[in-house]
Amino acid sequence: MIELKYLKNVVTLQLDQQKCNACRMCVLVCPHEVFEIKDKKAHIIRKDLCMECGACEKNCSEGAISVKSGVGCAAGIINGLLRGTEPTCDCSSSGSVCC
Amino acid sequence: MTKHYVTDVIGTAIGSVERVSTVWSRLDILQTIRVRWSIGRMNYLVTPGVYAVGKPDADSNIFISANFKLSFDHLRRALHGINAWILVLDTKGINVWCAAGKGTFGTKELVHRISEHHISQLVNHKKLILPQLGAVGVSAFEVKDQTGFKVIYGPVEARDIKPFVGTGMEATPAMRKINFTMIDRLKLIPVELSYGRYYLLLIPAIFFILSGLNIHGYSVDAAWQIGGISVLYLLVAYLSGCVITPMLLPWIPFRRFSVKGLIIGWILGGVVLYLTGSLLTIFEIISWLLMMGSLSSFLAMNFTGSSTFTSLSGVQKEMKLSLPLQIIATGIGIIGWIITRFI
Repeated sequence: MIELKYLKNVVTLQLDQQKCNACRMCVLVCPHEVFEIKDKKAHIIRKDLCMECGACEKNCSEGAISVKSGVGCAAGIINGLLRGTEPTCDCSSSGSVCC
Repeated sequence: MTKHYVTDVIGTAIGSVERVSTVWSRLDILQTIRVRWSIGRMNYLVTPGVYAVGKPDADSNIFISANFKLSFDHLRRALHGINAWILVLDTKGINVWCAAGKGTFGTKELVHRISEHHISQLVNHKKLILPQLGAVGVSAFEVKDQTGFKVIYGPVEARDIKPFVGTGMEATPAMRKINFTMIDRLKLIPVELSYGRYYLLLIPAIFFILSGLNIHGYSVDAAWQIGGISVLYLLVAYLSGCVITPMLLPWIPFRRFSVKGLIIGWILGGVVLYLTGSLLTIFEIISWLLMMGSLSSFLAMNFTGSSTFTSLSGVQKEMKLSLPLQIIATGIGIIGWIITRFI
């Protein structure tokens, strides 16, 4: 299968290797194989494939990962713009259909 | 909603627990088709709590799910032949991934359900198996700190649960990876098609009405003739953005969804204008290409929300340029088309 890729050099994902204890959690939760453990440290090997879901940051017990996570969804961003909030695909309140 | 998927009730250390079937009934299949078409999608719920699959005991695994029935259905079907417990969180009827993004499938709700349903009395181990995409909302180390339960992230897809359990609870790289195959995309198309909702009637109606305008006043004949062809063009643009672009996504050049949608909108628009537009003036053709291109581009851009690989930063970057252009092009297209009614 052709690998689907989105825009280059936009992702906000950052890793502080000093704090990493090589627990592998980031490798286990990432759905796009962005991380790899090498020489007892995590490495970001495929940054452009990151979709900023935030699972790695949430599950890093050492706080070594940061990413501005949110919905990669145009309708959600428009929703946020209209309401003056962060991008949100808040289906429950508007009753509209999404995700 | 009737609980047709419950087969019977079993007695456990925490009281009565409903046992669920691991086979989809005809009703389940029918409901799945309906919900894929967005019918009753926001109210397709399972009551949160504990359910049994097979003949579970105190050593059986606990699988965590969302209370969107489609998520629950996929889990119970994947557990066919396995003795296990299911703990359903209250995600307000939203699937695991989206609920995790919103935080309803999250640490707080999981911790709450563990104590609410006395999970430590139900089993004599300290393991919970979560769908991997739940990691967006659940912090494994916080759950461990607060409850003593160890969160194990299972595969992305429920159908990989059996091999996952069989290989000692380690998801292989392939199980951890989220795909977006042609079939995955096809399943989403009904939802995309229903995106327009009442605009699908309103906008064609406006075009029908405007089509009757001309220099001599109003012509009902023109309204039918020009209105009919206008609706055809709009429909082609709608299908370009909602169906054809998502289907052909990996094969259309450029990374921006809006550009992919524009390309398909113009190709199909060009074909249909060529086939039907022998009486159109050059101004009408340009107006239509502007309208069809931007409509298809906008709808394709919305597919970022259904895709599995677009980031917030990426979509924001894409929209900064694309959205104003789509609005301007549509505006010029509509004005141009109205002016041509009077030439």
